[in-house]
Amino acid sequence: MNDEFSIKTSQLTKHFGKFTAVDSVSFRVHRGEIFGFLGANGAGKTTVIRMLCGLLKPTSGEALVAGFDVYRESERIKKNIGYMSQRFSLYLDLTAEENLEFYGRIYGLRREVLEERKQVFFQKVGLASYAKTLTSQFPLGFKQRLALGCALIHDPPILFLDEPTSGVDPAARREFWNLLYETAESGKTVFVTTHFMDEAEYCHRIAFMRAGKLILQGPPSELKKRFRKSSIQEVFLELSASGEGVR
Amino acid sequence: MKASLFRTLAIVRKEFLHIVHDPRSLFLVFLMPIVQLIMFGYALNLEIQRVDMAVFDFARSVQSREFVQAFSGSRFFHPFYVNQPVGTVENLFKERKARVAVVIPADFDRQLRRKTRIPVQFLMDASDANAATLIRNYCQQIILNYNLSHGVKIPLPFEFRRTVFFNPNFRSSYFFVPGLIAMILIMISTLLTSVAIAREKETGTLEQMLVSPVRAGEIILGKVFPYLFLAFLDAVAVLAVGLFLFRVPFVGSLFLLTLLSVLYIVLALSLGLLISTVASSQQVAMMIAQVATVLPTIMMAGMIFPIASMPQWLQVITYALPARFYLLIVRGIILKGSTFADLVVPSAVLLGMTIFLLLVSIRKFQTNLEA
Repeated sequence: MNDEFSIKTSQLTKHFGKFTAVDSVSFRVHRGEIFGFLGANGAGKTTVIRMLCGLLKPTSGEALVAGFDVYRESERIKKNIGYMSQRFSLYLDLTAEENLEFYGRIYGLRREVLEERKQVFFQKVGLASYAKTLTSQFPLGFKQRLALGCALIHDPPILFLDEPTSGVDPAARREFWNLLYETAESGKTVFVTTHFMDEAEYCHRIAFMRAGKLILQGPPSELKKRFRKSSIQEVFLELSASGEGVR
Repeated sequence: MKASLFRTLAIVRKEFLHIVHDPRSLFLVFLMPIVQLIMFGYALNLEIQRVDMAVFDFARSVQSREFVQAFSGSRFFHPFYVNQPVGTVENLFKERKARVAVVIPADFDRQLRRKTRIPVQFLMDASDANAATLIRNYCQQIILNYNLSHGVKIPLPFEFRRTVFFNPNFRSSYFFVPGLIAMILIMISTLLTSVAIAREKETGTLEQMLVSPVRAGEIILGKVFPYLFLAFLDAVAVLAVGLFLFRVPFVGSLFLLTLLSVLYIVLALSLGLLISTVASSQQVAMMIAQVATVLPTIMMAGMIFPIASMPQWLQVITYALPARFYLLIVRGIILKGSTFADLVVPSAVLLGMTIFLLLVSIRKFQTNLEA
């Protein structure tokens, strides 16, 4: 993967019967970038993420993830990505440690590596004393951080996050974003969908989706300048009001 | 290959963790079958004993009393005298004070002396048809003995002597214990897998596994193995209770029974897998699993009611029930000491069913995940 782009899509499209969930979406994500994918519920964000992760086959268009083709090389893509959904997808009846171990093992991590990664994770997120606590007893913010740990346990170069902060309080959200910055600084690409406009400001670059189409993309500061607005929230409202696709 | 095994083992290990972390469910998985066995074994007794018999004795003689004693002497009947008109018998039946009545005419001993045919009337409550048939048979047997001992020399063309194989005392538990093993195995195995997979669908952890290098086949194998183990332990527990508490004799090969039981469990686990692909939640999975296994097995597979006495169209349906074939195997091995040669046909049918279910469910599981 000598390419500087971690993710490249071109005219990516997905139909569900007659319904077009994703309509000719093209974008590129640089290595080490936090790429924010924005849009209202039902705009097609999750469908895009599911296609990039190999959970869904696109109807047409191209997509490369970590240099691999989503149609033919989904097995290799899977080894190179981490995925965290808004449901956090943890086993609540297992302990924090057991969750990490399970997700590590299905990526083939050996005991020594797993042990080391676990230590690093618990120290980084400050949950060391909760390693043997059942996940069901965790507050939502802890669960969220643990889910992130599970998604990163195999050290993937690309991380997909599907609305990772829904339902979490502002302080925990802030802390979570700090973790994402650290992740990006270590050279990983972070692809995150959200409908929180304040979170969009934290991203290096953002893309707006509406009704299956990508209507705008660029760095937050540039977009604000272009629309003469002081926040992304206002840019988004302007776009929603105009109802026009802007490039 | 090695990586695949490693991933499968990771899932197996996690499934065992779920089991260990939930001792209450584990307790239920073992307690439920044993309670069922004890309930069926003791309560569901098809033998008939001490049936209340109303006696309308209009002769009131030594001979008529002797005739009644022929009944009270057996353990099947409990006769009591009624000093009322025969017309009250219907009320006795309705109040369930008696299930059978005998009417002895006033000239019983006179006719007995003259050796003519005596019209002794038997009245029967047939609201429970099976019991009524049994009662009639017992009555006929006792009357035959009575007649023979009263000097009526009837030249019989042949003599009816019976020799009973495999269950000489007609003990119901001999019949129920193997039947329950068949029912419990299919119920527990189907339930466990369908719920285990439906739960992962519900919590999103299945999706999390699918974005990893884990393949559908590895998930299935990783799920099936721990529950195969659990269901097998269940079968051992039920068999042990059957052998030691109900003293069911085990005459066949334990090895053969183990082998064919594992086949039957795998079949049930595949059925559970298939159910999990249709069920949207754990509750739904649980319901479908119960409906698909418990009732058909109890009612139609020959566990309690003989298939031969079912209407033709229903008999055809029973061929689709795995328990029907496993019952032949489990009863054959435990009670009759059947060998594999005796059980080739039911074993082959079970194997065929297992392969079919496994293929369909794996295929359905895979396509379901892509959608």
